[in-house]
Amino acid sequence: MEKTLPKIEIIEKYCKGCHICVEFCPTKVLEMKGFVVAVKNLEACIKCMQCELRCPDFAIKVITE
Amino acid sequence: MAFDYEKYIRPGKLPHIWCPGCGHGIIMKGLIRALDSLKLDMTQTSIVSGIGCASRLPGYMDCCTLHTAHGRAAAFATGIKLAKPEMNVICVGGDGDGTAIGGNHFIHACRRNIDITYVIMNNYIYGMTGGQFSPTTPTGNKASTTPYGNPDPCFDVAKLAIGAGATFVARGTAFHANQIDKLIAEAIQHKGFSVVEILDDCPTTYGRRNKFKSVVEMMNRLKEVAVPVKAAEKMTAEQLQGKILTGVLYKDETKPEYTAEYDKVIERAQAKK
Repeated sequence: MEKTLPKIEIIEKYCKGCHICVEFCPTKVLEMKGFVVAVKNLEACIKCMQCELRCPDFAIKVITE
Repeated sequence: MAFDYEKYIRPGKLPHIWCPGCGHGIIMKGLIRALDSLKLDMTQTSIVSGIGCASRLPGYMDCCTLHTAHGRAAAFATGIKLAKPEMNVICVGGDGDGTAIGGNHFIHACRRNIDITYVIMNNYIYGMTGGQFSPTTPTGNKASTTPYGNPDPCFDVAKLAIGAGATFVARGTAFHANQIDKLIAEAIQHKGFSVVEILDDCPTTYGRRNKFKSVVEMMNRLKEVAVPVKAAEKMTAEQLQGKILTGVLYKDETKPEYTAEYDKVIERAQAKK
């Protein structure tokens, strides 16, 4: 079965750069770019939603189908 | 689909004022998911708070909200519940607001067993006022008013609530984010006074004074100390040393609820006329 990739939406205006999502992503999809988070490797995303759950600033949305 | 949090947030209120990495945002998300899972009518739901960082939460929520005097959330909430028993009343607040300045109101709301849910976000410190030690600051830890270490023993909020007579007591942590909504939802459904203590992190005023290098380190500490109640049953007292139990700690459905008891008082008084 072909793997469908989610869309990770980052609202840069809300992100305060706390590193929580980057550190607790089990497959290291995210990285810090300056003061805000950015997607580094979307291919590795397993849609576990941990980044969306733990983002205190409502800045990450993992959009699956 | 991603969860639509903004449906429950007042338009234009984000980004919120909490510091980078503060767990209050995670708890607010949990509360929103809990409200969504129960499909509560937002015009019949009231969120009440006192003063403090955690007490800023109702300002963002798009439902009936009340931002009251320091520590008096439980008192105002009792008023709302007695006037309108059909409303879902939820109190939110920090550890200082709930157990020190509002400690009196908190224990008496527990004692009355009125149908209110109290969410205590325990970040071990008074964050907003400048990092003074609170009743939950662990012994020996540093705060702005205890630079040589806090000599006071600390409160266990859950045990305090059980002792005071609350009929539903649960504990979660900001790290275990997907447990928060389940605990709050169960607490809201419980008929009687329910307390949900959620352990939190305050990187700005607590973390930097107590040798936590980053928010991630504080989150990892929550991950390490938390032990689910069921797992703790199989552990020895030695293994449980320094650990904190999470999950539903106490539940009693036999105790009468206050608004129902008060209705009986009204009935008795009117029968005498």
